[in-house]
Amino acid sequence: MKVKSSNPAVAPSGKTTILGVNQSRKAIERTATIIFFVCGIVAILAVAAITIYLIASGAPALGKVGILDILFGTVWSPTADDPSFGIAYLILASIFGTALAICIGVPIGLLAAVFLAEIANTKVANIVRPCVELLAGIPSVVYGLLGAIILCPLMYDIEAAIFANDPNHQMTGGKNLISAILVLAIMILPTVINVSESSLRAVPQNYRASSLALGASKIQTIFKVTIPAAKSGILTGVVLGIGRALGEAMAVVMVCGNVANVPFPFNSVRFLTTGIVSEMSYSSGLHREVLFTIGLVLFVFIMIINVLVNVVLKKGVEKE
Amino acid sequence: MEQQTVKCEVKNLNLWYGDNHALKDVSMDIYDKSITAFIGPSGCGKSTFLKTLNRMNDLVPNVKIEGTVLLDGEDIFSPKCDPTMLRKKVGMVFQQPNPFPMSIYDNIAYGPRIHGIKKKAQLDEIVETSLKGAAIFDEVKDRLKKSALGLSGGQQQRLCIARALAVQPELLLMDEPTSALDPISTMKIEELMEELKKNYAIAIVTHNMQQAARVADRTAFFLVGEMVEIGDTETIFARPADKRTEDYITGRFG
Amino acid sequence: MSTQTAVALHNNLSNDFSILKKKKRTSDMVLRVLIIICAFIAVALIAGIIIYVVIRGVPVLIANPNFIIGQRSFLQGTYGILPNIINTLYIIVITLLIATPLGVGSAIFLNEYAKPGKLVKIIEFTTETLSGIPSILFGLFGMVFFGNVCGMGTSILCGCLTLTLMILPTITRTAQEALKTVPLSYRSGALGIGATKWYMIRTVILPSSIGGIATGVILAIGRIVGESAALIFTAGSGSNMVSDFFGHTMQSGATLTVEMYLRYTANNDTDNAFGIALVLIVLVLIINICAGLVRNRFAKKTSAEG
Repeated sequence: MKVKSSNPAVAPSGKTTILGVNQSRKAIERTATIIFFVCGIVAILAVAAITIYLIASGAPALGKVGILDILFGTVWSPTADDPSFGIAYLILASIFGTALAICIGVPIGLLAAVFLAEIANTKVANIVRPCVELLAGIPSVVYGLLGAIILCPLMYDIEAAIFANDPNHQMTGGKNLISAILVLAIMILPTVINVSESSLRAVPQNYRASSLALGASKIQTIFKVTIPAAKSGILTGVVLGIGRALGEAMAVVMVCGNVANVPFPFNSVRFLTTGIVSEMSYSSGLHREVLFTIGLVLFVFIMIINVLVNVVLKKGVEKE
Repeated sequence: MEQQTVKCEVKNLNLWYGDNHALKDVSMDIYDKSITAFIGPSGCGKSTFLKTLNRMNDLVPNVKIEGTVLLDGEDIFSPKCDPTMLRKKVGMVFQQPNPFPMSIYDNIAYGPRIHGIKKKAQLDEIVETSLKGAAIFDEVKDRLKKSALGLSGGQQQRLCIARALAVQPELLLMDEPTSALDPISTMKIEELMEELKKNYAIAIVTHNMQQAARVADRTAFFLVGEMVEIGDTETIFARPADKRTEDYITGRFG
Repeated sequence: MSTQTAVALHNNLSNDFSILKKKKRTSDMVLRVLIIICAFIAVALIAGIIIYVVIRGVPVLIANPNFIIGQRSFLQGTYGILPNIINTLYIIVITLLIATPLGVGSAIFLNEYAKPGKLVKIIEFTTETLSGIPSILFGLFGMVFFGNVCGMGTSILCGCLTLTLMILPTITRTAQEALKTVPLSYRSGALGIGATKWYMIRTVILPSSIGGIATGVILAIGRIVGESAALIFTAGSGSNMVSDFFGHTMQSGATLTVEMYLRYTANNDTDNAFGIALVLIVLVLIINICAGLVRNRFAKKTSAEG
């Protein structure tokens, strides 16, 4: 059967068979699939390995010292002749520090996000948003340095004025819980702003329109309609902020004074993270094992937060 | 009418998407060098049927297919069948023009390159003849290196036809190729199909009955997964054998 | 509600019902001012930080012209951060060389190969988890696993592998988002002419999503430059010049951030710490500008294509 055509190259080339699998091509496809599968499960392997190694290095000390003695002991003197490894104040400092940083950072961050998403025109937003991104990009050690050089002397002045006649107070030079909280509050701002802004933007426009059409003012609409509608996203931002504050080490270690005290505002305090950073380099033996236990405790906190984020996020998605 | 060769023979084809029985016992022959149109209301299975012919349905999860489709006597569901070779032999043009974000030249050369043609001169020739075959060469010859996304919708669709022709298919599947186009572009594509059928077997899904009447040699009518009847286009439109076909064609439903 | 009260209510509302009178609510005003103040705080903070670091850092760089291109020598009493800049570059390059293929590969697996189901959910959950783990814990893990178990000790390579795990989620997520923006019709178009899956990914999908992937890589560079807690126990605190190009990866090496930390805490050398802080902030500025440029170009391209 011959085909007459003005375009011979376009004409069918005759009968080609579709049978017979091209072996080398199939092998390439298989290899590609396997490689991508391996890339995919790296994340699983990494989380599994991190979990296993943190437990393996952190758990033994719990047995040797005693779980209760570590978690609820208040004396931290790992290098004394009769060492004591109580991290209760470390845990408390981490919890209080994080909670208060959130209390300061979240309202500011949320309102700044409202500004970006609802109030600012594009021009102003295009100035503010890069600033927020820059705030997120600044290394934590720079925050720590600035805190130590600017914030701590200020705190010292206040401290000196308040405790001038209090012989029981040990002067900290301004390296105290408040300094740490302020630095943390600043550091979580970008996280809170970014997540809140995108969830505010995700609120459908007709919610706003119907509120405005009822005669509500723009501000009323924002606080009565838009923010409640973006609640789950904002909550995610808050939880992510908690995670950041809880896990921050380098900035805090430079401003918190790093002594295992009761976490009162003007006391030098030690956080879970700073406990690890400040002593890991010279620790050995049981002391070192306990530092890993601190890491494990921190890990447990973070995992709880991760699960929380997942639950909050999923809830938000289901609602939509 | 001269004796026609059967290009593709479908026997008792059944297809399920999960629990949904989307194609029920479809059997038909598709002839070489002619245009077969599939018509029917939306969701009747005509597009699904078309996609089965080059196994694009394989990509859908939870799909189950029974029955046989013979292409030149070879079973396309045989484990020995290479789907990439099948799709080279059975070209497809989609409802929405879908050029790749590359130059016009690279769009056309994409298929030949897959199938191992590397030489520049050979590719140049294929690109030119394919574009001529799709009646778009004159419009784009001066901007072959420009992005294909700058073309109009009708030009993009003819480019996609050229892209399909470049791998020298033997059966060309067209899934509502003009539904996203304006009337003038539609007319150009219909003229092009008349030209193409001299060399290829063409199967086209259309929801436009006039189009089927204008271009198709044979027409098949689908309804909820069943192929109600198939025959010469004139017969189907003038004297349908089945009451349901008549109802659809006269506009009682759909 | 009785008719009477309804009428009364209506009258109440109507009393003051002129649309020409602009009503001002005090609460609205207060809230609006608060919102603007909060946005201003963010801007003022970054402006203050930059100004302060410039004021403290520039004199250091002027006083010591070899600050950036020199190295520390106790004998000659000189100080310079060239070794730390080189260490930072080493760590950026090696980490990205490992993490980019892994992260993009993972995104390709999730988006193109895996069928939706348990495995995808677990991978996405662990990726999310990985991005939530604090860097100090990555540091601990890296020190134990890559340092002790794998025998790398305290070395740049150990730091790189640790950071690879840390930035993997950033790259995976941005790559996955980029892949999702590639229209399905490109895929059916390519497969429809007989392309194999990998060929389609290589020639159509990856080129179309390169902008998003590049943005992810730049973000990852930013994270590496700013990282310290994960590096201090893995890559260590060395400040030696490179003597052996490949051997250097097995040496201990402090990045700019780690060196800055050590300047302040261990050496009480605030001035040089601010010098490094200035260099870091300039780097972060450059990285952010690059990320913005790539993102804008990518956004324009996709909107033109859409």
